[in-house]
Amino acid sequence: MSSFKREKKEEEDGGGNPFQNIEKTTVLQEARTFNETPVNPRKCTHILTKILYLLNQGEQFGSTEATEAFFAMTKLFQSKDVILRRMVYLGIKELSSIADDVIIVTSSLTKDMTGKEDLYRAAAIRALCSITDSTMLQAIERYMKQAIVDRNSAVSSAALVSSLHMTKIAGDVVKRWVNEAQEAVNSDNIMVQYHALGVLYHIRKSDRLAVTKLVAKLTRMSLKSPYAVCMLIRITAKLLEEEGDSGNSNNHLFEFIDSCLRHKSEMVTYEAAHAIVNLKRTSSRELAPAISILQLFCSSPKPTLRFAAVRTLNQVAISHPAAVTACNIDLENLISDSNRSIATLAITTLLKTGGESSVERLMKQISMFVSEISDEFKVVVVQAIRALALKFPRKHSVLMNFLSAMLREEGGFDYKASIADTIITIIEDNPDAKETGLAHLCEFIEDCEHTSLAVRILHLLGKEGPRTKQPSRYIRFIYNRVLLEDPRFRAGAVSAMAQFGATCPDLLENIQVLLTRCQMDPDDEVRDRATYYSNILSRQDKSLYNNYIIEPMKISISALERSLQEYIQGDTEQAFDIKSIPVVSPLAAEEIQTIAQKTDGMLSSTGPASKPVQASREENYIKELSNVPELQQLGPLFKSSDVVELTESETEFVVRCIKHSYTKHLVLQFNCTNTLSDLLLENVRVQVDPSEGYNIVKEIPCPKLPYNETGTSYIILEFPSDLSQSVGTFGAVLKFIAKDCDPTTGIPDTDEGYGDEYILEDLEVTPSDQIQRVSKVNWSAAWDEATEANNYSMMNIVFSLSSVSTLEEAIKNVVQYLGLQAAEHSDKVPEGKTVHTLLLAGVFRGGADILAQAKLVLADTVTMELTVKATEESVAELIVFAIE
Amino acid sequence: MGGLWSYFRGLLGAREMRILILGLDGAGKTTILYRLQVGEVVTTIPTIGFNVEQVQYKNLKFQVWDLGGQTSIRPYWRCYYSNTDAIIYVVDSADKERIGISKEELFHMLREEELSDAILVVLANKQDMAGCMTVAEVHQALGLEALKNRTFQIFKTSATKGEGLDQAMDWLANALQNKK
Repeated sequence: MSSFKREKKEEEDGGGNPFQNIEKTTVLQEARTFNETPVNPRKCTHILTKILYLLNQGEQFGSTEATEAFFAMTKLFQSKDVILRRMVYLGIKELSSIADDVIIVTSSLTKDMTGKEDLYRAAAIRALCSITDSTMLQAIERYMKQAIVDRNSAVSSAALVSSLHMTKIAGDVVKRWVNEAQEAVNSDNIMVQYHALGVLYHIRKSDRLAVTKLVAKLTRMSLKSPYAVCMLIRITAKLLEEEGDSGNSNNHLFEFIDSCLRHKSEMVTYEAAHAIVNLKRTSSRELAPAISILQLFCSSPKPTLRFAAVRTLNQVAISHPAAVTACNIDLENLISDSNRSIATLAITTLLKTGGESSVERLMKQISMFVSEISDEFKVVVVQAIRALALKFPRKHSVLMNFLSAMLREEGGFDYKASIADTIITIIEDNPDAKETGLAHLCEFIEDCEHTSLAVRILHLLGKEGPRTKQPSRYIRFIYNRVLLEDPRFRAGAVSAMAQFGATCPDLLENIQVLLTRCQMDPDDEVRDRATYYSNILSRQDKSLYNNYIIEPMKISISALERSLQEYIQGDTEQAFDIKSIPVVSPLAAEEIQTIAQKTDGMLSSTGPASKPVQASREENYIKELSNVPELQQLGPLFKSSDVVELTESETEFVVRCIKHSYTKHLVLQFNCTNTLSDLLLENVRVQVDPSEGYNIVKEIPCPKLPYNETGTSYIILEFPSDLSQSVGTFGAVLKFIAKDCDPTTGIPDTDEGYGDEYILEDLEVTPSDQIQRVSKVNWSAAWDEATEANNYSMMNIVFSLSSVSTLEEAIKNVVQYLGLQAAEHSDKVPEGKTVHTLLLAGVFRGGADILAQAKLVLADTVTMELTVKATEESVAELIVFAIE
Repeated sequence: MGGLWSYFRGLLGAREMRILILGLDGAGKTTILYRLQVGEVVTTIPTIGFNVEQVQYKNLKFQVWDLGGQTSIRPYWRCYYSNTDAIIYVVDSADKERIGISKEELFHMLREEELSDAILVVLANKQDMAGCMTVAEVHQALGLEALKNRTFQIFKTSATKGEGLDQAMDWLANALQNKK
């Protein structure tokens, strides 16, 4: 009785977590009970629960202790207790990745999955697949196939989902289960049908034709499961997106999605509407019914539907503002929604679509509840503000004040980073907002707990601060950091101060005093930087300032690190040559965006893309090219071009070319794919007919190219000694020896092959292949310096660009053709201007620096005056003549 | 209290005896297990891991563990040694080549502390195969005469035909009851 009372009291104390105070060592000790016979199911179940609890709380198990617990747990297979057995399955799944030799339970699980006890079967399949690796999978393949088509839907579903997981480790084996999966698609059970479609699609997803067939078949047979229909809509939408405008099948695909708008399940109608509004090709006529579905959902009593609808509208507000405006009244109603997430999305959508006049009203409404919503939604608000600021530059002060207020509040890193990002974007885009923006950021770093963010802001201050009206006011903020924060902070501050010293002569003396103080810093890095900058600044030499303080290092850091490591291990007699490190180009903004849009794996409809690791393109290729011994004598790789398609899509062979420039050589890399299943290609090479002056040094053919594989062949050419000949057009022919073969095995029918060829599209070599972009922070300083220095040659030319009608287009063409980097945001044209100056910089193969200035005037067509300065005369000539 | 408890236990048919079936791969361990349990020959595949079943013989209940015999699985046998009352060691009488390995594994196992009290039954299985070794030959090849301080017996069996298993189990049941 007393114990009962105590329990009751504990309950009153707040329920409490019965597992709150358990400890790993104690639990593992208890797990030895598993070895006792007879088994006490109640007790063992309880102990297993504790182990699972610990694992799920993130407790780390060593492999020895996990293995010991695992083997003890295997003893529990002697008990027939259903609950205990199912706990054992869970235990196996959790421990399978930590413990060793988990295959020991294979036979027992195989028996359970094929046995009579239905309660065991599905769970046993899942456990079995978690302990099975690719070599063992063959042994259980037969059982998996049977399970997929099992009459029990739970078993079938478990087998299908497990198959999906197994594709990661043994895709080839799972591919053989396609017939079983096909049968399961016809199941009456909604989950089985859904899972079967998932497996089928996964097996076929790399083969576009097979996916098309799958979709064509399934769209006709009207699936019973709404989940499966949703999935089918996603697959169809992806197909539509990939195919673009080509092909007639498109209409049929779109009709299918459109018909789903009238499906009886809300889930399906939402998915269809979501797919339609997100398709790039959707016309406004096609959009209307989808938007009206979303509009209908906006007034649904179910919060999930309202949320889904408003979230989708929010996402497409930028791409289809007119269509979303139709829902404005519904969105206005949602501002007062009791669900704050819905309200936030509604407001931000309105901000995106609304006019300039409504900005202030809506901002006021947001500020009323911004403190009540989660960080994730605050980020949505921030993004909406960013869009607004770009749309209505005149409203920057309202928005900026709002942002700085948000910056002062509590919040996580992502939230703060997005605010700082937005402020930085506004500063860069709108010169009027610069001073206020910088002031807000200064205030923010006074009390910022996120070092990486603060260092970024310090860097920005160093970049922008010196060119404001009153640079000295920023120095105090920066120097304050030196006194207070951790070493990374201080090092960043030192670098920022040096920028001021280099750019503002009147502040130099003060900066020197501050830098001298920083040389007493306890941290090595901070001291080193201070000494470095102080030393350079004391030389009073403009060009030193430019090269070593203002402009960032333009070589690839990771390549430098690797080369230095190699250098240390080798012979250090000779001095290290920094020229051997590839110059890295600033990634074009577009490129970053395309990387960000690539989501891999399953069909995440429009999920957030993970941020890619930005290794430079050249570095990726260096790894690939280092496997070819002939390329090693050519010296460091200077630049790799974009991939050029030399064939139409959907032809027999796909050939893609990448142009690699070295100091004196051009290497053409041809990636060839064979799409004919009944043909084996041997000795595959691309024969090029180079323009005059080029000299073919060597051809490296691809020895063998079976069906569906991609092989690589190379051609090494020597650049013409006369630079003006280096730009030209090459004819190209794919040559190979073809052998007929059996489509299923890939083994050739005879040893005799026949030579054949295939005409490819011409390949162009442009100046941009030989030029690496260089980002100049202070372009004007470099230009002035080049004017004074006597090692620069200058060329000048005026001509009209007849094919373009806007300044933006002209800039895009020039930048792309020359492969130079626009500096100081000069690639953005302020609205309404007809005269613009584009500032460009780059480096030619061999190391010649290039600066170019393009004055553009818009009349009916665009007229351009291009002035090029380069450290080699022939380079300047090449650029001027190439643009004609 | 203890006396009373063991009395009740005696009434209820006593505690389950724990038996291990060991031997090289392909000796017929899994076939024997299911022959004992359901009385039929089932089709088997190589055991990756183990099978555990409750077997009723006469009025005795056994908990029988059949451990896989593949080289890769043999190291795990020792994880299942503790509390073992008896070992059924199965030998493929037709596999003259590997009888040496079988002998090594047997003696390696019997050296284990945890198995010092376990009763040993050796089954010279697959006696139905032409040209197989006789019981005496298996006895000699395994070097069983060297066994001391161990209750053990060897039987000739054919699991597929169901011959010899009853005698072996009879003997084992007696031996286990006497041991108590």
